[in-house]
Amino acid sequence: MTAAVDTIKISLTYGKMPVLKEVSFAVNRGEFFVIIGPNGSGKTSLIKSIAGIEKPQNGRIDILGRSLSDYGRKALARKVALVPQTAPVDFPFTVAETVLMGRAPHLGLLGLESESDVKIVRQVMAFTGITELADRKIEHLSGGERQRAFVARAVCQSSEIILLDEPTASLDLAYQVRLMDLMEALKNDHGATIIMVSHDVNLAAMYADRLLLLKAGRIMSVGRPSEVLTFETLEKVYGCTLLVDQSPLGDFPRITLVPGKFKLLTGSGNRHL
Amino acid sequence: MTAGPNKLLLRMTVVSAVLLLSLVVALVMGLSLGSTHQGFDAIINTLMGQSPSDPMLQAIIWQIRFPRVLLAALVGAALSAGGLVFQALLRNPLAEPYILGISGGAAIGGIIGIILGFSRFPGVTLMAFAGSMCTLMLVMIISSGQSILKKDALLLSGVMINAFCSAVIMFLISMTQDARLHNIIFWLMGDMSMTDLRQVGILSAILIPGFILFFCLSHAMNLLLMGREMAMSMGLQLKTITLTLLVATSFMVSATVSYCGLIGFVGLVIPHLLRMVLGPDHRILVPACILGGGAYMVLCDLLARTLSQQGEMPAGVITALIGAPLFIVLLKRSNR
Repeated sequence: MTAAVDTIKISLTYGKMPVLKEVSFAVNRGEFFVIIGPNGSGKTSLIKSIAGIEKPQNGRIDILGRSLSDYGRKALARKVALVPQTAPVDFPFTVAETVLMGRAPHLGLLGLESESDVKIVRQVMAFTGITELADRKIEHLSGGERQRAFVARAVCQSSEIILLDEPTASLDLAYQVRLMDLMEALKNDHGATIIMVSHDVNLAAMYADRLLLLKAGRIMSVGRPSEVLTFETLEKVYGCTLLVDQSPLGDFPRITLVPGKFKLLTGSGNRHL
Repeated sequence: MTAGPNKLLLRMTVVSAVLLLSLVVALVMGLSLGSTHQGFDAIINTLMGQSPSDPMLQAIIWQIRFPRVLLAALVGAALSAGGLVFQALLRNPLAEPYILGISGGAAIGGIIGIILGFSRFPGVTLMAFAGSMCTLMLVMIISSGQSILKKDALLLSGVMINAFCSAVIMFLISMTQDARLHNIIFWLMGDMSMTDLRQVGILSAILIPGFILFFCLSHAMNLLLMGREMAMSMGLQLKTITLTLLVATSFMVSATVSYCGLIGFVGLVIPHLLRMVLGPDHRILVPACILGGGAYMVLCDLLARTLSQQGEMPAGVITALIGAPLFIVLLKRSNR
């Protein structure tokens, strides 16, 4: 089976600053894949490279068995959708109009939508639970509502691969879980491949099939959450004390931050729990 | 709920039809009203080509007013649509067709042409066009070092070039004292009094393909508003489209400025006015700006040449005198 995304030794530099250094990994089709790492480790650059927005100077990226550089913009957009980290706040369209724009890669020059496009939009809005926001303007929404509209827009693109750059950052607890559930449903029911950048290692541990841990533009570790999220690796990468134990919910690790005042308590003995 | 596909087409048709009608009304008014006080029915007869009416009136209407109202419509359309495109491209509500310094360059070229005593057409027009192309090139070179697509680099170089140009303009004006000074000032404020059908033909050959291009890229402009990353991820050829729109708009605006000087405010106010009324969809706004901007300019020009008892005033004065208060009123109301 061809991989959804296959990156082979990609390197990216901004000016003289190297951001990604010979990064190689493959994401399987229908996989929930989460990229984690400290600030400035190159997560966003990596996901933008997969979306074809950044062009790595070296290496190659294959999307569904075909080199990314062979895709036209529109053809790529039919395979890969992106929810970027930063989106405009002052966007004057309504939620329904915004979600409808997700159909753009399937439309002709003027972007005239057909009945079937409108139907897809209705379904996606119901699926993402934003039907009641349909006629609200994006600029009048709260951060969380806006994020959900932009996620719905990406889902509407009907592409097999969905990239999300820290999608849960502006969401409250309930919607963090809802969004993750939604992505899992897309994966399970529609065979979508989800690639997500996240700071939230616990959410990542709960949902990801596999994790990629990035530090300073290099891959530190790739594998199942229990393989990647070990005390030794995390302490080395993040440089702070953490408590790693098993989640009461299932067979995946739970990471707890350890503030300075608890350092003594967690001392040598039980930190490997 | 979601606007259906037919609803969009319907809205496009209705909006375009209404604004087309207002453009036609404006054109007829522009043809019939003026400093000669003829009976309205005599004028209508002449327009319909019926009566063997007096050749004097025929000449006034067809040789003086006809090219002039057409010029006004074209210029208003180009400036409004140009403003709309720049507002989308730079994602800045203050953007207007002159923001990249095109106007400053054109003005310097035009003024030098006037000082050198060139005829209005083609001399001054060509000088102005050369001037605006020089500034456009300069803006592109300055901002391309840091990638043309960075909108702030583009905007800032435009503002700086405009500032420099106005200093040069002031310098040139202060050096000029005779009758040419009046010509310069009129040109700077926008003046459409001198034109003929041939010039209008040349201008429309430049502008009409541009209008068609804008309409074809109107959905792309919607996507542009989503910001670089989202637009690209939805399949937009960001670089190509940005560059195409930038060059086409600059070219069109240069052409209008070269013909009739700096007519301010149309390009800023008409897109905003129409957006407040019609919403943000460029597929509706592009035709609306072309037709509505044309109608607005024809009416402003009509006022400019009829309001004043002695001679006429520059059209640019009227566009701002009416446009600014109208805009403020609408802004107040839409905030409520």
